[in-house]
Amino acid sequence: MGIVTPGFTGRPRPSDTRLPPGQYLTEDFPVLSAGPTPRIPLDDWRFTVTTELGGRREWSWAEFRALGDEAPTVDIHCVTKWSKLETTWRGVPVEAMLEDIESAADYALVHSYGGYTTNLPLEDLLGGQAWIVHEYDGAPLAPEHGGPARLLVPHLYFWKSAKWVRGIQLLLEDEPGFWETAGYHDYGDPWREQRYQGD
Amino acid sequence: MARLAAVRDETPTARTLVLDVPDWPGHLAGQHVDVRLTAADGYSTQRSFSIASAPSGDGQVELTVQRVAGGEVSPYLADVFAVDDPVELRGPVGGWFVWRPEDPSPVVLVAGGSGIVPLMAMIRTRAGVGSRVPFRLVYSVRAPEDVIYADELRRRTRDDRGLDVAYVYSRQTPEGWPRPPGRIGLATLAEHGWPPDFAPACFVCGPTAFVETAADILVAQGHEPRRIKTERFGPTGPVASGG
Repeated sequence: MGIVTPGFTGRPRPSDTRLPPGQYLTEDFPVLSAGPTPRIPLDDWRFTVTTELGGRREWSWAEFRALGDEAPTVDIHCVTKWSKLETTWRGVPVEAMLEDIESAADYALVHSYGGYTTNLPLEDLLGGQAWIVHEYDGAPLAPEHGGPARLLVPHLYFWKSAKWVRGIQLLLEDEPGFWETAGYHDYGDPWREQRYQGD
Repeated sequence: MARLAAVRDETPTARTLVLDVPDWPGHLAGQHVDVRLTAADGYSTQRSFSIASAPSGDGQVELTVQRVAGGEVSPYLADVFAVDDPVELRGPVGGWFVWRPEDPSPVVLVAGGSGIVPLMAMIRTRAGVGSRVPFRLVYSVRAPEDVIYADELRRRTRDDRGLDVAYVYSRQTPEGWPRPPGRIGLATLAEHGWPPDFAPACFVCGPTAFVETAADILVAQGHEPRRIKTERFGPTGPVASGG
């Protein structure tokens, strides 16, 4: 326990075991991003997977939407301390998109329209843990929340769930992304409170 | 660990906390700190607050806290937290929404409400290091009494030709103001910002809807999106960068 802050009582606490350490519950959906919101016409949207061997696979919006959707309901945890429980999404499991791709990579660098990147071990994108989602709460994903499509990796802090995704680069070596080079943790497990470098 | 050294009331709803932080490593203008409050029963909660002060080298850090009605942390910090009380502080944090004095680009700052706080750290840092980089601030507030740092901004613009400040009043203007109240628009930023040809560094901070609007306007004006850095906070209180 930290030092007691004199006179601080806090709110009545929901003893919710779904809340990682240092997080508080929110009912709304705060928007956090580092720059202006990009607008990507669906006709121009492409999603590309590249491999360390130079392999490349690309989907148009229509091709992406023809893949089988799942509808995950998950809890999300932002490094800025808010968590939101039981959020509902619709999208394609990343594993399905990587299925036919030949690679020995252990790492992935996710790229977004607007230049944002984030890195994670490839295995964190597999096994039903990650989706490319295009719907939130029953409606098409709004641009400020990452539409037309964003990554959803709910078991890591939410900055890993890159908005406005345009591709995944498979890599043999870990390569830090945008926030990961700006002082944030390389992996970002909310249950181990890996917020910043050194946590 | 930090200790509250002094407070300054900035507006009826905003208070500056001057904290003594032994071993403070220094910071960059625009960075934030995480404040952790712990109740007697062990419950603790954390929030991020932008640093308002320029790096001083004297182990003091200033935060300006806007009281959010119904908030868990900001009313405590603004009303209850008293001089000599201790608090846990972590930081500085954040390496993106920062202004570095060695960057020679002109700067446009766009503030909505208490979004002024990290931008004020940039203005103070610029003055502190004697930089001649031209700064323009467009500061949107609901009403005249909501202007944080009003006297200081008046003094700084009077004494410093490199700093311009333009106000936008969204609900109520000062008496005799030439325009009716209104939201920030293309004309305001065209008149009081820098043209895209000057390739300014743009910093926008405020509530989400404000930041979305202002950043969209800057993009529409032709500013390179990568030159526009944003920081947004929602109704749950000020937060900084993140996912």
